[in-house]
Amino acid sequence: MTTAVAFDDRSHDFKASTLVAVWIGFAALAVASFALPESTVPAWMREVPPQWRLGLDTAISNFMKWLVNDATFGLFTFREATRSISDFLNVLLTAATAIFSTGILRGSGSTAVQLAPPLPWVAVVGIMAALGYRFGGIRLALLAGGAFLYLAVFGQWASAMTTLASIAIAVPLGVIGGILFGILGYRVPLARRIMEPVLDLMQTVPIFAYLIPILFLFGFGPVSALIATVIYAMPPMVRVTMTALESVPNEIVEYGTMSGTTRRQMLFKVMLPAARPQLLVGVNQVIMLSLNMVIIASMIGAGGLGYEVLTSLRRLDIGRGLEAGLAIVVLAIALDRLSQAYASRRLTVQGDGQRFAIALLAFTVIIYVLGLIFPAVAIYPASLKLSTAPWWGEAVKWINIHFFDTLDAIKSALLLNVLIPIKRFMVAQTWVLVTAALAFAGWRLGGARLSVLVAALALFIAFNGLWEKAMVSVYLVGISVIVASAIGIPLGILGGLSDRFWRVLEAVIDTLQTLPSFVYLIPVVMLFRVGDFTAMIAIVLYALAPAVRYTAHGIRNVQPTLIEAGTAAGCTPFQLLTKIRLPLATPIILLGINQTVMLALSMLVITALVGTRDLGQEVYIALTKADVGRGLVAGLCVAAIAIIADRLIQTAAKRLAAGQGGRTREP
Amino acid sequence: MLRSITTAVSVLSMFALGAPALADDSKDPIKLTLHDWTGQLITTRLMGEALKAKGLNVEYVPADYLAQFAGLKTGDLHVAMEIWETTGREAMDEATETGQVENLGETGMQAIEEWWYPAYMKEKCPGLPNWEALKECAEQFSTAETKPKGRYLGGPVTWGGFDDERVEALGLPFEVVHAGTDAALFAELESAYQRKAPIIQWVYAPHWAPIKYEGEWIEFPKYEPACYTDPSWGINKEAAYDCGKPRGPIWKVSWSGVKDKWPSAYDGIKNFNISNDEMGALITKVDIDGKPVEEVVAEWMKDNEPKWKAWIGQ
Repeated sequence: MTTAVAFDDRSHDFKASTLVAVWIGFAALAVASFALPESTVPAWMREVPPQWRLGLDTAISNFMKWLVNDATFGLFTFREATRSISDFLNVLLTAATAIFSTGILRGSGSTAVQLAPPLPWVAVVGIMAALGYRFGGIRLALLAGGAFLYLAVFGQWASAMTTLASIAIAVPLGVIGGILFGILGYRVPLARRIMEPVLDLMQTVPIFAYLIPILFLFGFGPVSALIATVIYAMPPMVRVTMTALESVPNEIVEYGTMSGTTRRQMLFKVMLPAARPQLLVGVNQVIMLSLNMVIIASMIGAGGLGYEVLTSLRRLDIGRGLEAGLAIVVLAIALDRLSQAYASRRLTVQGDGQRFAIALLAFTVIIYVLGLIFPAVAIYPASLKLSTAPWWGEAVKWINIHFFDTLDAIKSALLLNVLIPIKRFMVAQTWVLVTAALAFAGWRLGGARLSVLVAALALFIAFNGLWEKAMVSVYLVGISVIVASAIGIPLGILGGLSDRFWRVLEAVIDTLQTLPSFVYLIPVVMLFRVGDFTAMIAIVLYALAPAVRYTAHGIRNVQPTLIEAGTAAGCTPFQLLTKIRLPLATPIILLGINQTVMLALSMLVITALVGTRDLGQEVYIALTKADVGRGLVAGLCVAAIAIIADRLIQTAAKRLAAGQGGRTREP
Repeated sequence: MLRSITTAVSVLSMFALGAPALADDSKDPIKLTLHDWTGQLITTRLMGEALKAKGLNVEYVPADYLAQFAGLKTGDLHVAMEIWETTGREAMDEATETGQVENLGETGMQAIEEWWYPAYMKEKCPGLPNWEALKECAEQFSTAETKPKGRYLGGPVTWGGFDDERVEALGLPFEVVHAGTDAALFAELESAYQRKAPIIQWVYAPHWAPIKYEGEWIEFPKYEPACYTDPSWGINKEAAYDCGKPRGPIWKVSWSGVKDKWPSAYDGIKNFNISNDEMGALITKVDIDGKPVEEVVAEWMKDNEPKWKAWIGQ
């Protein structure tokens, strides 16, 4: 609200005509720097010359060298400290892996002796179905049991259990850690102010940028993969915890105070239980993001489904890659639905939990013993495995042979007439002009602080000598976000109006978000060749989800009284949509676009794998050359773009919402 | 009864022979890295199985080709069986300079990398494989974006290769487009081959692609070191890189502690040697015939006992 008031004050002394004139001025300069011959714009405006640069990359590299080799706390070195953390995590991970995948082993490597086999597949499928039945009835039982059955039937069992073991450790770590940091941020305002920017960076710096330092500090192997997963998946949990605690209704807090709770009781017995539904949104995010990391985790020794996907695609076995990718999807969906059902159920009934647990344990023991006698119970028989892999390869081939020319014509037309001109335009923009325009926009939207922030971030990119690459990134992300919004918002509107359509749509976007992008990247390359167009398709597919989700949510959650008022006034359904629902949902749709921008930026590094030349590629090159500083600086520049976009859009959305007096609920 | 006892004894003695208790070698598992291409999986498992036969404790760890150097330096990983001169030299040199990683010599395989085209392109451009033919038929290789120039699909920029310089130095009317990864590179080849569409791109061997698809390497002026360093060498007197690409060995590297911790493994890895043709045959069995890597490796081990026994000194 305060920003909106401040803005209103300012707009009185800043005439609309002056405003228009300033923006026209910026636009004219932008066109000029594109249209005029290159020599008319001084070179230092295009890219900051080396002698002015910050030299941050070498500084970071040297700092890392010091941290890894020399830093010490006196009694032990920094590296010894991090290594003991990974030893501890390794104990947890080994235990989980023993249960699900390897069995209990004595020794390690090829001379290890298996003392007891892992859980039989029948037992795991049965446990999941039973949990599903208990939390959500027969439908959830079929879903959870069916998902795990898929893993067995399609020959993904061994890999999936390796992945499940690491997820079984990563998710609780992310959730508990997230809640603890969230409580800290809620209690201590200073901690919150420090954590906010750190969370921003954790969510926006590409993982590839900090992979190498993690490997040095925590050792190469599944534990490092686990740590990278937790870093990536925890931030939403922290944020959700903070907002959830803040939004606990005052009545509940007062009631707690009246019954004389201590501070600790207030937190754990009153506030956290009251915040439970919101906390669950965070848990869902942690599960989804952890499964997003499966591919990258497999690159640093985690093995599992991610490794299966990479190896299949390297052989261009699209079908195998897709089956392994879908295994990640079904794992994600099963775990997500189970955790959601668990939570909503516990709120209402406790029931005979003990009896259920005993029955489940008895079932597991019986199956386990049966598994020792009949191998087919323990390990899914190879002769019963199915695969649709060859079919997928043939399908892509068929499309390729019959439709390539059509697709190629469409692609070429778009590329030559839209993408390439926009790219040239963006690359021609100087850091001087863009920084000035951003500062002005920031000032108009949110005042001096926002203005300084966005300008400083833009200068950070420029003075690290990455301006041109950043502009290529902005072009790629910008055009992808426009396409994603153009597809996602209409779909979201339809989904918001029809529940049946929404159920189908939700399944589709859940799949798109959890299916590793690698799986569809390779067929897309086959149909569209390497280059910007392919990168754009990959980004759009991945970043579509929030545009759809937020729009549907916004459309659905307009206050019913307003709809009734509209109906009473004789609006047609179309008028209801265009005059009431859409305008009121706009702030939430804007937040959805904001999330789309964030996801698009997080795909940049992946698109470097199909040959783009932007910040993503810079991060990737740094990884291949083990250049810690270079990678982190490029990663920070991606984060800078993300934060600029985020702050500007968020402020705009808040102002819009404030102008409407909050007639929609935020998701 | 007697027979079963003799069998048991002979089995035991086989174990004893196959796995002499090596006092000097650590009982800890020696970790060999697995990457995501078939040839490397085969090479690594051949080595690993031979070491197992020697009685060593072996563990295979999936790891990224380049990220693995972080692990090799700290001793979290121990052996990487395929570091290509062409794509891994820089990372390898950086690692060996620290003294924490050791180069254990060549695998015996030679990496071939060159411009490559499918056989059906010869009809459209009869002068091939001579590189000068590319000047006339560049347009055959063009796409909407590159017209009238031809489109050459190069490897990821991180692979180096100097193709941009080569095009310039030899005056080829081509535009170099870089694929981001190996998978993307061969996805384009697969796509073009299915449609019998024009393509010319970076291919390397040993790899399944030149086995699966029929085609040829372009014959550029033969590489000499002077070509890359001395502009006056070769056809273009003003520019370097006016020749084909060098062929380079594929190296074996290890963590520098391997020598002391598993001395007999260290010797075994140093002795490992296999030729391009042998590897090509094994890759074919896996990628074209669809057999599992483990099975192909076991078969080879059975048929080539003297060869791998020589590596481990038996």
